[in-house]
Amino acid sequence: MTDLTSLTLAEARKGLAAKTFTSLELTDAHLNAIEAARVLNAFVMETPDQARTMAREADARIGKGDAGPLAGIPLGIKDLFATKGVRTTACSKILGNFVPTYESTITSQLWRDGAVMLGKLNNDEFAMGSSNETSCFGPVGNPWRRDGSNATLVPGGSSGGSASAVAALLCMGATATDTGGSIRQPAAFTATVGIKPTYGRCSRWGIVAFASSLDQAGPIARSTRDAAMLLRSMAGHDPKDTTSVDMPVPDYEAAIGKSVKGMKIGIPREYRLDGMPAEIEKLWEAGAAWLKAAGAELVEVSLPHTKYALPAYYIVAPAEASSNLARYDGVRYGLREQGRNINELYENTRAEGFGAEVKRRVMIGTYVLSAGYYDAYYLRAQKVRTLIKKDFEDCFAKGVDAILTPATPSAAFGIGEKGGADPVEMYLNDIFTVTVNMAGLPGIAVPAGTDAQGLPLGLQLIGRPFDEDTLFSLGEVIEQAAGRFTPAKWW
Amino acid sequence: MSVDAATVRRIAHLARIAVSEGEVPHLQGELNAMLAFVEQLSEVDVEGVEPMTSVTPMQMKKRQDLVNDGEIADDIVANAPATEGHFFLVPKVVE
Repeated sequence: MTDLTSLTLAEARKGLAAKTFTSLELTDAHLNAIEAARVLNAFVMETPDQARTMAREADARIGKGDAGPLAGIPLGIKDLFATKGVRTTACSKILGNFVPTYESTITSQLWRDGAVMLGKLNNDEFAMGSSNETSCFGPVGNPWRRDGSNATLVPGGSSGGSASAVAALLCMGATATDTGGSIRQPAAFTATVGIKPTYGRCSRWGIVAFASSLDQAGPIARSTRDAAMLLRSMAGHDPKDTTSVDMPVPDYEAAIGKSVKGMKIGIPREYRLDGMPAEIEKLWEAGAAWLKAAGAELVEVSLPHTKYALPAYYIVAPAEASSNLARYDGVRYGLREQGRNINELYENTRAEGFGAEVKRRVMIGTYVLSAGYYDAYYLRAQKVRTLIKKDFEDCFAKGVDAILTPATPSAAFGIGEKGGADPVEMYLNDIFTVTVNMAGLPGIAVPAGTDAQGLPLGLQLIGRPFDEDTLFSLGEVIEQAAGRFTPAKWW
Repeated sequence: MSVDAATVRRIAHLARIAVSEGEVPHLQGELNAMLAFVEQLSEVDVEGVEPMTSVTPMQMKKRQDLVNDGEIADDIVANAPATEGHFFLVPKVVE
């Protein structure tokens, strides 16, 4: 029954409804796959007992005919989501053995709709990273390797465990979060579909906070339809998150296969970077051609402040992180390192508990918020952010329905290959995705091709606020034209 | 702008992260690399531009001033490294 893991979520739903197989069988197939793929290090906590209990409950509900939209579907949960009674660490030593006494809103909605939890997925520590190398549990392997090479590549980050597990058929879909590209970049590196919804579409309650004005959760899945099904359950208003929006959640799946005829697709000239690999340029042109063939109209657009998005992000995000991470004090939860007085206790705990990347960002954030530097750095960055958002508004005001860009400036790279000498080298991975977080817009990454070494590459579509539907319709056109990409099993 | 070693030590203290003398030069280099990277923002004309306060154009929601949660002291201290009853334990703060 191992081939049950190769079904898409939509196919599994059909098989469960038709009673071709049970959720328990489907869940067991995935638990076996996870066990056989430990070398990927995608899961930091497996919860087989809980998974089987949830699967049996789903089977009972299916039997009684009151199954939820995700009944019996086994999922992986990024370790940033608080799960009641199941260790949640954000992959940081400072959370130690933190076991939440509450459930995040998003995961509780997935369980409400019948989904099954297989376990918790690896990520960059506090979601700070673009390669999943900053996790206290060690790096995650990408199921994709270069043709003829045995070198393990990164799956991207910060949702590296989510992307790797979905691509390696260890779960049918996964939750993820995106502050600067952490859903879309790993999706592009693993030939999976990842959508970051509009800021406010999903509740942030119960998700470990990184940069609150940028953080937004979304799914990673193996097709646009699967991603649409998952987002429908994840999205929705939550009174416990004051930034969550009180708007009805559409049936995103209805957007799959809808005509894109007459849609206006913007091609932003500022995303054509000097020194961009010719393959990425070619992929971008192919994507545009597919959309055109489906009846969309292509227009060149300008987003003049694009190049300032990443530097502005590296002020805003660390500033918010330095504030959010002040709660890790060695007193209320997690790790504690003793000191002679309370200040030493704080300082020793945080020195021991935070990894190098987190310390760097907390310190830069502390600096840009400190007296005398606030106006020069933080206030200026927030003004630049207003300009970045206005670029998009001007573009949409001219009737553009969505914007097509590459998802990443390169394919996946090797473990330890980037950012060793200069942290900025790693940050440049998010150059195409970070603008979307700064403007609060929805963005989807869809697999679109492979490079000369056989590694997947993705395209990104950016939409109007709360117009995820259009992204699903356009993403499906690219998926249909580009086909599916599956890694050769080596693990 | 760039930071010197004294500033690195001051920031580390503000951030409540213990930093050994040996780590200072390395951190200084990294922080200065980040500051050099964000320096390009100084070329943007931000005259008259409002700083962003909310990325979605919506009014901040307000809740009724009611107690709607509580009586969960056991939960609150469940993950604390040192407690006595329903209290968090810390080193002596007041002499």
